[in-house]
Amino acid sequence: MQLIAANRCARYRKRILDISQQVGALHIAPAFSCLEAVDAIYNNFLRKTPQGDFKDVFLMSKGHGCMIQYVILEELGFLSKQDLDLYCKSGGILGAHPDYGNPGINASTGSLGHGLGMATGMAYAEKLKNTDVNIYCVLSDGEFQEGSTWEAVMMAANLNLNNLIAVMDCNDFTGLERLSEGHPAFYPLSAKFKAFGWDVLEINGHNTTDLVTAISSQQQRPLMVVAHTIKGKGVSYMENVPIWHYRAPSPDEYKQALIELEGQFNAQ
Amino acid sequence: MRNKFADTFYELGKQDERLAIVVADISPAGSIAKFRNEFPNRFINTGVAEQIMIGMCAGMAMRGLRPFAYTIATFTLYRPFEFVRDDLCYQQLPVTIVGIGGGVTYSTLGATHHAMEDISIASSIPGMSIIAPCDPLEAEAATFWCAKVNSQGPVYLRLGKAGEPTITQTALTPFEFGKIRYLKQGSKICYLSYGPMVDTALKISNQLDEKHAINSSVVSCHTLKPLDVYGISKILDNYEHVIVMEDHVPHGGLGSRVKEIAWNQKAKCTIHHFHLQDKFIHCYGGLNDIYQAHGIDKETITNQLIGSFS
Repeated sequence: MQLIAANRCARYRKRILDISQQVGALHIAPAFSCLEAVDAIYNNFLRKTPQGDFKDVFLMSKGHGCMIQYVILEELGFLSKQDLDLYCKSGGILGAHPDYGNPGINASTGSLGHGLGMATGMAYAEKLKNTDVNIYCVLSDGEFQEGSTWEAVMMAANLNLNNLIAVMDCNDFTGLERLSEGHPAFYPLSAKFKAFGWDVLEINGHNTTDLVTAISSQQQRPLMVVAHTIKGKGVSYMENVPIWHYRAPSPDEYKQALIELEGQFNAQ
Repeated sequence: MRNKFADTFYELGKQDERLAIVVADISPAGSIAKFRNEFPNRFINTGVAEQIMIGMCAGMAMRGLRPFAYTIATFTLYRPFEFVRDDLCYQQLPVTIVGIGGGVTYSTLGATHHAMEDISIASSIPGMSIIAPCDPLEAEAATFWCAKVNSQGPVYLRLGKAGEPTITQTALTPFEFGKIRYLKQGSKICYLSYGPMVDTALKISNQLDEKHAINSSVVSCHTLKPLDVYGISKILDNYEHVIVMEDHVPHGGLGSRVKEIAWNQKAKCTIHHFHLQDKFIHCYGGLNDIYQAHGIDKETITNQLIGSFS
């Protein structure tokens, strides 16, 4: 599983880098940090209906990471190559943040701190309807600086939403600085979620086997997977360098990134 | 109004399992308490947390439910503003936001509890609809529309509190979303208002009609957005004096919109706009004390109009 996933993820990274040469406006590093987590959810957990739609729900709360969602939706046939070719261009439907109503997009996000609240409402609705639908939500670590996220954390536990699985993309960076340096009180994390009534697992967020094991762990309560990740993971000069939060590589940088990615195919 | 809303919601909720109510630490009045007892799963209290109240409503609507968010008006719109904008309006979800105590209904609670700019704020968001019923019967019709008819997007339903008199039982036209409604029809002078101030408009109209042997119209503009531009436009053409009364700041409410329409069609009538001042309220007492302080109580308006008509 790990090898197949690693190849898939290298392919997704390459596709995102290709798009970066067409348009300057995209968040590469935030997509690369949650890339394995989003891949793990789409390719291991989201069940389909007989009609081919998703039965379970994936909600990208860190909307700025949506490039990985787009390339996966392209591969799965929900978005077309043309949709991605027209990303952020006149006549296209895809922007730098997900827009509700586009194929495969379950919520409009981009403003941080909105996703977990909506996911909580979705999970509760499925409980009311007595279905077995699961709601998967990927959040950035910075979103846990928003008070609204903690309102959702409390409510999801109050309502015993064991059909809600959240993955925190804990790359330790917000737009400006390292959380561990600028906001040391952000840590520890597991203790906070446990105190709020969630099941918690802390794992390596770039290891698909760990992600799949954690996300599928038996639960009676909402589950928080704290996925420790590296912002810009996969391209050495992007890793943990804040400017890559929102910058496209130059043609030379692009070439170097491709060489590094080549080494990741079948590497494990 | 609040009780009529609760009765209507309870009755509709009994028949429709999609209806749910999400409150933020407000005691459920009247039939909402009954709804809570009978359908505890569809009554959700998020506590003192309004962002999750709106966020949860969005998520529930996305999964096929018809949720109502319900708390004091200021806390439905101002505190979670960006959640109302992004989660509900941007995504066009059929969620009803019920604001209790619209305007300055909560007179003694101070400006933190006065929703005196709610129409302006809610109007400014694309995709939002606004209904401000004037009495319990309109509240009932509006609630029915929000729960059973609306499928186009979010609605801000501005209610008063309890005890407003019923004044629309003899209205000349029924409640229809997006249309103004004549409570009485005359000529030359027309009163436009919404919410509980329609009752004041009716009283002033009746008093001045009798005293000056005139025959004025009174119109409930219950749907503030989308406003019945055609209906208002006809009024601006057909009357000499159009009087707009609202418990709302001067800008962004009904008066602003009426003046905008009047300018566009170069209306010849005189527009009298009675509104709250562009000031926070630091005085206390009953609702009428607040209205007096801002010059929109019945006596002040009546005296000013007598001067204008003569």
